[in-house]
Amino acid sequence: MKSRTIKVDYLARVEGEGALYVKIKDNTVVDIKFKIFEPPRFFEAFLRGRTYNEAPDITARICGICPIAYQMSSVHAMEDAFGVAVDGQLRALRRLIYCGEWIESHVLHVYMLHAPDFLGYPDAIQMAKDHPDIVQRGLQLKKAGNDLVALLGGREIHPINVRVGGFYKVPTRQELAPVAEKLKWARDAALETVRWTATLHFPDFEQDYEFVALRHPEEYPFNEGRLVSNKGLDISVHDYDNHFIEEHVQHSNALHSVQKGRGSYFVGPLARYNLNFDKLSPLAQETARSVGLSNVCRNPFQSIIIRSVEVLYACDEALRIIEQYEKPDKPALEIKPHAAVGYGCTEAPRGILYHRYRIDDEGVILDAQIVPPTSQNQKTIENDLWQFIPQHIKLPNDQLTLQCEQAIRNYDPCISCATHFLKLTIDRV
Amino acid sequence: MRKIRKPKLAVWKFASCDGCQLSLLDCEDELLSVVNKIDIAYFLEASRNVVRGPYDISLVEGSVTTQHDAERIQNIRKISKLLITIGACATAGGIQSLRNFKDVKDFISLVYANPQYIETLDKSTPIASHVRVDYELRGCPINKRQLLEIISAYLNERKPNTPSHSVCIECKRRGTVCVMVSQGIPCLGPVTHAGCNAICPTYCRGCYGCYGPKETPNTSSLSEKFSNSGLNNDSIMRMFRTFNACAEPFRKESEAHEIEEAGSNKPEYST
Repeated sequence: MKSRTIKVDYLARVEGEGALYVKIKDNTVVDIKFKIFEPPRFFEAFLRGRTYNEAPDITARICGICPIAYQMSSVHAMEDAFGVAVDGQLRALRRLIYCGEWIESHVLHVYMLHAPDFLGYPDAIQMAKDHPDIVQRGLQLKKAGNDLVALLGGREIHPINVRVGGFYKVPTRQELAPVAEKLKWARDAALETVRWTATLHFPDFEQDYEFVALRHPEEYPFNEGRLVSNKGLDISVHDYDNHFIEEHVQHSNALHSVQKGRGSYFVGPLARYNLNFDKLSPLAQETARSVGLSNVCRNPFQSIIIRSVEVLYACDEALRIIEQYEKPDKPALEIKPHAAVGYGCTEAPRGILYHRYRIDDEGVILDAQIVPPTSQNQKTIENDLWQFIPQHIKLPNDQLTLQCEQAIRNYDPCISCATHFLKLTIDRV
Repeated sequence: MRKIRKPKLAVWKFASCDGCQLSLLDCEDELLSVVNKIDIAYFLEASRNVVRGPYDISLVEGSVTTQHDAERIQNIRKISKLLITIGACATAGGIQSLRNFKDVKDFISLVYANPQYIETLDKSTPIASHVRVDYELRGCPINKRQLLEIISAYLNERKPNTPSHSVCIECKRRGTVCVMVSQGIPCLGPVTHAGCNAICPTYCRGCYGCYGPKETPNTSSLSEKFSNSGLNNDSIMRMFRTFNACAEPFRKESEAHEIEEAGSNKPEYST
């Protein structure tokens, strides 16, 4: 009996610490473990006893790549608890800062983490030796996103300007003008990015996923909407806990988020695109079609094109918001805390990010629940590997390893995010 | 002509959010120039290429929270000529050091249903509690300009210019009107280490101390000022107990304002 194992002790070009272990006997896969050994940090525990207005700053520290997502889910959950609706220009500014985060996070993944797999480089720096213009375009496009976050948030990582009820300070039209100039360039660069990623070679790999994303009647989703799927789910964010559950799976040491009675599901750019194609801007729709995409994409390897389409949309949407912007009278609405439970779910770059808080009359957090996108995708990632590896089992180990890594990177997994909410043992291969 | 060997840089991760190491990739204008001068020999977030040590510079992000990590940092020290901690986790234990004020077993059972699976140490500790650290870069997150400064100083064999005065000086330099004096907003600026360029006061909010204590901070005097302006003990305790909660001056000040909970399971803190 011939047996072989594929072992990647530290997965590269993902955020956080994860490992992969695959065991093959006689050309049959017998075991797959996508392991998470990032040490836990216990955010949900130490949020207890903090006040409601500390949640955006504290939860931002869960992830240095998508802090805005944590800030947005937490402020919406708190506002839900206290019956406050942020609308008008303040609401628009929240979409605007989220556009910035999608741009910087997606472009980081497209150019620096994912593209090297397709072109056969260990990293973007090596790739830059042969493709300097492409890497330079990626860096500048990423910078356009970061500049937007920094202007509205004060800095790129762990921005300081987001608060429950709005912002500490809002920009003037004049302050937004230079960013708009940069975003016009970025929109063109994003268009080029879609065209470029569409020329990459994609393995033929489509699965019958259940995609889950927010859907809003008027817009491509960032902060609001109902949770829907391509298989009939259509619920309010308030009902999240009735439909989703975290399940302990024997072969993986981590908790997997599943839909009750329905199993694994898929969140992130592919899910958003498939469920909201009609809400993309005309330019984004047209560009997607021009590179041969339809309104549905089931190949996770092509997520690199979908991310690029979302970058294009985010540039377009940011320019629309800036164009219509007028400085609001007050930077934030007044908040009067009272005992309540609040729910928030927003579209982080990697997919839906759910927060629930129970608050007392003084505004102190009694308990908190946070479900990040990567823990929701984890089961789907493993399922993909179970399907994908048998199709490529004849490849020598080094090539198969690379392909498996690429299949994991399709999801842009953020292990730092996922860990604080996952059950795990530290069982190193 | 003999080719000059480029210095080898390694980037290591411990318990953290990845934000500080991301700062290196956020140097969009400078990254490709930096790699002309330095070999990125180990940086898993960016590359699957791994060049074996020893390394000329090791940047260490995150705090030590597991036995395995306590052993790993010893080895990293051995193979690093210069070891620089980047950010509040590596330098002060980070937000996760809030566990140090409680019994970690209570924390585990709150988050995880099967606590027996969780391997973690009682405390989150900074890198300097384990090995000799050559230089510390403050902040949650670090300022990428300071990161470039430290790399540039190394390449040019000079001392890095990262001032240890307070955020107040940065407000004065920027011309930002004091938010505490003019608007009565509580601000940790007077006791907080410079480096961010006083972002929060510029955005009309008080500094929340994410760069940790400055040199010789007078925290009790600032607390008295907070107290006189109406903040209760609990609020003052929470102000000092965030991203640098276990940096010595902030820890002591927060403990001075801690109201003992009846029957609380709080262990004695020792450094």
